[in-house]
Amino acid sequence: MRNSRPTRLLWGLSPVVTALLTGCQGGILDPKGQVAADEKSLIITATVLMLLVVIPVIVMTFLFAWKYRASNKDAIYTPKWSHSNKIEAVVWIIPIIIVSCLAVVTWNTTHKLDPYRPLDSDKKPINVQVVAMNWKWLFIYPDLNIATVNQLAFPKNVPVNFRITSDAAMNSFFIPQLGGQIYAMAGMETKLHLIANEAGTYKGMSSNYSGAGFSGMKFNAIATETPEQFDAWVQKVRAAGKSLNADAYLALAKPSENNPVAFYNMPEPRLFDAVLHKYMAGRQSLAATDDELKLAALTKRLCETPAVKE
Amino acid sequence: MLLGKLTLDAIPYKEPIIVAALSGAGLLGLVVLALITKFGKWGYLWKEWLTSVDHKKIGVMYIVVAMIMLLRGFADALMMRTQLALATDGHLGVFPPEHYDQIFTAHGVIMIIFMAMPFMTGLMNIVVPLQIGARDVAFPFLNSLSFWLLVSAVILVNLSLGVGNFARTGWVAYPPLSELGFSPDVGVDYYTWALQISGIGTTLTAINFLVTIIKMRAPGMKLMQMPIFTWTCTWANVLIVASFPILTGALAMLSLDRYLDFHFFTAEAGGNAMMYLNLFWAWGHPEVYILVLPAFGIFSEVISTFSGKRLFGHTSMIVASGVISVLGFMVWLHHFFTMGSGADVNAFFGIATMVISVPTGVKLFNWLFTMYQGRIRFTPPVLWTMGFMVTFSIGGMTGVLMAVPGADFVLHNSLFLIAHFHNTIIGGAVFGYLAGFSYWFPKAFGFKLNEKLGKAAFWFWQSGFMFAFIPLYILGFLGMTRRLNHTDNPAWDPWLYIACVGAVLIACGIGCQLLQIVVSIRDRKKLADVTGDPWNGHTLEWSTSSPPPFYNFAVVPHVHDIDAFTDMKEKGEAYKVPQKYAPIHMPSNTATGVYIGGFTTLLGFALIWHIWWLAIVGLVGIIGAMLARAYDNNLDYYVQPDEVEAIERAHFEQMGIDVDNYSERDADKPRRGSRPTTTA
Repeated sequence: MRNSRPTRLLWGLSPVVTALLTGCQGGILDPKGQVAADEKSLIITATVLMLLVVIPVIVMTFLFAWKYRASNKDAIYTPKWSHSNKIEAVVWIIPIIIVSCLAVVTWNTTHKLDPYRPLDSDKKPINVQVVAMNWKWLFIYPDLNIATVNQLAFPKNVPVNFRITSDAAMNSFFIPQLGGQIYAMAGMETKLHLIANEAGTYKGMSSNYSGAGFSGMKFNAIATETPEQFDAWVQKVRAAGKSLNADAYLALAKPSENNPVAFYNMPEPRLFDAVLHKYMAGRQSLAATDDELKLAALTKRLCETPAVKE
Repeated sequence: MLLGKLTLDAIPYKEPIIVAALSGAGLLGLVVLALITKFGKWGYLWKEWLTSVDHKKIGVMYIVVAMIMLLRGFADALMMRTQLALATDGHLGVFPPEHYDQIFTAHGVIMIIFMAMPFMTGLMNIVVPLQIGARDVAFPFLNSLSFWLLVSAVILVNLSLGVGNFARTGWVAYPPLSELGFSPDVGVDYYTWALQISGIGTTLTAINFLVTIIKMRAPGMKLMQMPIFTWTCTWANVLIVASFPILTGALAMLSLDRYLDFHFFTAEAGGNAMMYLNLFWAWGHPEVYILVLPAFGIFSEVISTFSGKRLFGHTSMIVASGVISVLGFMVWLHHFFTMGSGADVNAFFGIATMVISVPTGVKLFNWLFTMYQGRIRFTPPVLWTMGFMVTFSIGGMTGVLMAVPGADFVLHNSLFLIAHFHNTIIGGAVFGYLAGFSYWFPKAFGFKLNEKLGKAAFWFWQSGFMFAFIPLYILGFLGMTRRLNHTDNPAWDPWLYIACVGAVLIACGIGCQLLQIVVSIRDRKKLADVTGDPWNGHTLEWSTSSPPPFYNFAVVPHVHDIDAFTDMKEKGEAYKVPQKYAPIHMPSNTATGVYIGGFTTLLGFALIWHIWWLAIVGLVGIIGAMLARAYDNNLDYYVQPDEVEAIERAHFEQMGIDVDNYSERDADKPRRGSRPTTTA
C-alpha cells in the first residue's frame, strides 16, 4: 500500500495532519508496528479521498450563502429553477466515483488487515492466549509454560499470534500503537495478529465496557529490543511465578479491580481450551483420547465455581 | 411478598447527589402543580390537552416531553464531562463507577429514545397532517395512546432515579453483561420495560402515519407531489414499522433470559450473546436514519422557504431518502467489525455502509443548489441548516472512515466513535429538530420566536458542539476509549478540559432557547402571525391560520403542484373566502389513552420489581380500558357550518379581509398583518 503513487502523495500530507494533532504520542497516529502503521495510512488515505467531496461542500455552503444572501439584489434570482439533468448527473456520479475508489481500497485493506491473517515474517511467531476476566487480563504463553496478569512481552520484529476469549462479560483486546482490536467473548475464540517494529512499552486496554472495574482493565505490552531481553523477561516470570493450577485460576477469576501485574509459572495444560469449553456444556462427553479426557476434567473443575454468577 | 423485590433500601436516601436532584425535581413539580391549581387550570388541561386527540396538541405535548428529557439527558452529559475533567491522573472524581455507569447509560437511552424520538414524533404530528391537507391522523385515538405509552416509559425511566437504580450496561445493554449473572438488580429491567413500552408506542405511531399519508392526502396530491418533509417522515415510518419489532423481539428474549431462565443470550447453556448484538443493531442502525431522515426533510423545507425558491431536485430527494432507508437496513454489522466476522463479511458491510454516503451527498448538493440563485434570509432555521450542512459533512466523513474495517479496528469504541455519532445526531437530527421548532413554532402557537435569542442559541450550540466534540475526535486518535470512569494519561487532560467547556457552552445554548420561549411568550402580541404564513411558505400548512383551527382546513384544498400553497398564492386563490361551509367530521376526545398509559406504568413497575399482584392489576386495567373503549359510541361528531363560519370569519378579519363585502379579486392577498418580505 505504501508503494502506490497516489498513496505516496497522500503520505506527503500526513506530517501536516500529524502536526495538527500535536501531542499524538501514544495514540493510533503514532504507530509502532506494521499493522498499526498500515491502519494509520489507511485512515489518512480514506480521509483525503473523502475531503475531495467534503471540502467543496463546505466551501460551496459559505459561498452560496454569501452570494445569494437576500440583501444582494445584484445576484440572479430564479425562484422556479429546480431541476437540471446535468447537475443531477454530476451530484450522483461524483460521490459514486469516490465511493467506488473507497470501496476498492476497503476490499483490499479489509483482507490485508484482517486480524485473523497471520503476518508474513521469517521469524517464528510467539503464541499468546488471552483471557479477559473481571477485571483484568490473563496472558498464557503455552509454548513457554508461563502466564501473566496485566503484562505482556515479546521481542520486536517477531509476530505475535493471539488467541482470545473471555471468562466474564465481553471485552475488547486493544493495544492502540500496535494495531486493531478484537472482541473477547465467553465461549468463543477470536484471533489477532500483531507485531511491534520498535522496542518500547505500549499501553493496552479493554475498549469494550464490561462493568464496574472496566476502567482499571489496563496492561502494558513490552516490546523488547532483542530476543535475549525477552528471554530474560521469561526467566523473570518463571522465577517469580506461582503455579497457575486450577485452584489458582479459580481464585484469580473472582472479580477484582485494578489488579497489579502478577506472574505465574506452569499454567495448567490446555487451560485456555478449558476456559472456552466451560461455556459449552455437553462437549466434554465426546472426549475420547487421554488428552481430551484431561481437558474435560479441567473444564469441569473450572465450572465448579463459575465466575459468571455472583 | 407483597412488594416483590422492593424494599426501603431501593430508595437511595443515603446518596446526597441523588437526594438533591430528586428534591429539586420534586420541588419544581410541586410548584408547577401548585400553579395549575392556583389558576384553576386542571379542567382546561384535562379537557383541552391530556385527553385531546388533536394531532397538533399531541405533537406539542410530545415536544414538551422531549424538552424536559433534553434537560435530564443533558444534566447527565454535564455530569459525565465534569467527572472526566476531574478524574484525571489518579483522581477518582465525584462519581464512583456504580453511579457513573448509570449516568452514561441513562444519557444514551434518554437522548435517543426519550428526547430525539419524541421531538421527531412531535414535529411529525404537528406538521404532516397539515402538509397533506388532512384534518387529523387516520386513527386519532391510537395517536393519543402512542403518546401516553411514551409518557408511561418516561415515568419508568425517571422513577429509576429514586426507586432502585438504572442499568449499568451502556445504552446498548449487551449481554452477557446485561444478563442476571452480571446485572442481578432491577436496572436492566427498568431499561427493557421502558424501551418496550415506548417502542410499542412508536410502532403504533408509524402505522398511524403511514395510513394517514397513504389514505388522507388532499385531493389532487399525488405521492410524488407530497412535500419533502412528509416524504422523509414516510420513509422514517417505513423504517420504524420494519425495525422496531426487531428491538421488541430482542428485548423480549433478554427479558425471558432474566425472568424465566431462558438462555438466548447467556454465554453458557447454548446461548449466544452475539445474536443480541446483531438484533440490537438490526434495529439500532435503521433507528439513526429514523432520527435523521425527518431532519433532512426539515432542512429541505427550511432552505427552500428561506431561499424563496422551489426545492432543487424534489424527485431526487425522495429517491435519495428511499435509497438511504433501504441501505440503512443492510449495514448493521458495521457496529461490530471487531467481532471477528472475517474479511469478506466485514468488507461487504463496510462497502454497503459507504454507499449510503452517495444519496446523502446528493442531498447535500441538492440543498446547495436550492440556495443557488436564491434570496436567502438568515433566520434562525437557516442558521441551523447551514450549521448542519457544515457539521454533518464532517460527521458523515468520519462515519465513512469508520465504515472502513481496517480503520475501524483502531477507532472502534474510542472517543472518536463518540464524537462521530454525536456529530451526526446533534449536527444532523437535533439541529434539524431545532430548525423545525423555530420554523413551525408560529404555526403551532400563532406567534414567532424571538430571533435574537434564537441566533444566540444557535451560536452557543454550534461553538459548544465544536468545543465539546472535536477534542473527542483527538482523544480517539490518542487511544482513549469510551465509558471510562477515570483516566491516568496526562496527554488526554487538556482535551478533556476543553470538552467540558464545550458542554458548558451548549448549556448556554439550551439556556438561550428556554429564555427565547419565555421572552417570546411575553412579546407574543408583537410577534403575532396573523396571516398564517409568516415565512412566505410553499406548502399547505401555511395556508391555514396560525394556530390552525382544530379542524385544520375549513375547506379541504385541491392540490395541483408540489409547492401547493405557492401555487395557490400565484393563482390568486390563497385567501379566497368560501361561499358556504360544509359540516366537518371530527373525532371526539377520549381519556382512554391516559388510563391505558397509567395502567401500563403500573404493569411495567410491577414487572420490574416482581410485584405480581400489581402486574395483574395493570394488565386487567389495560384490557378493561380497551374493552370500555370498544363499547364507547361517542367517537366522533360534526362541526356545524355556522361554527366553522364564525371561526373562519375571525381569521379573515384578522387579516383585514372584509368577508361581507368580499369580491374574488381580493383573494390573492391579506390586507393587514406582517406580510413576509424577501429581506432578512
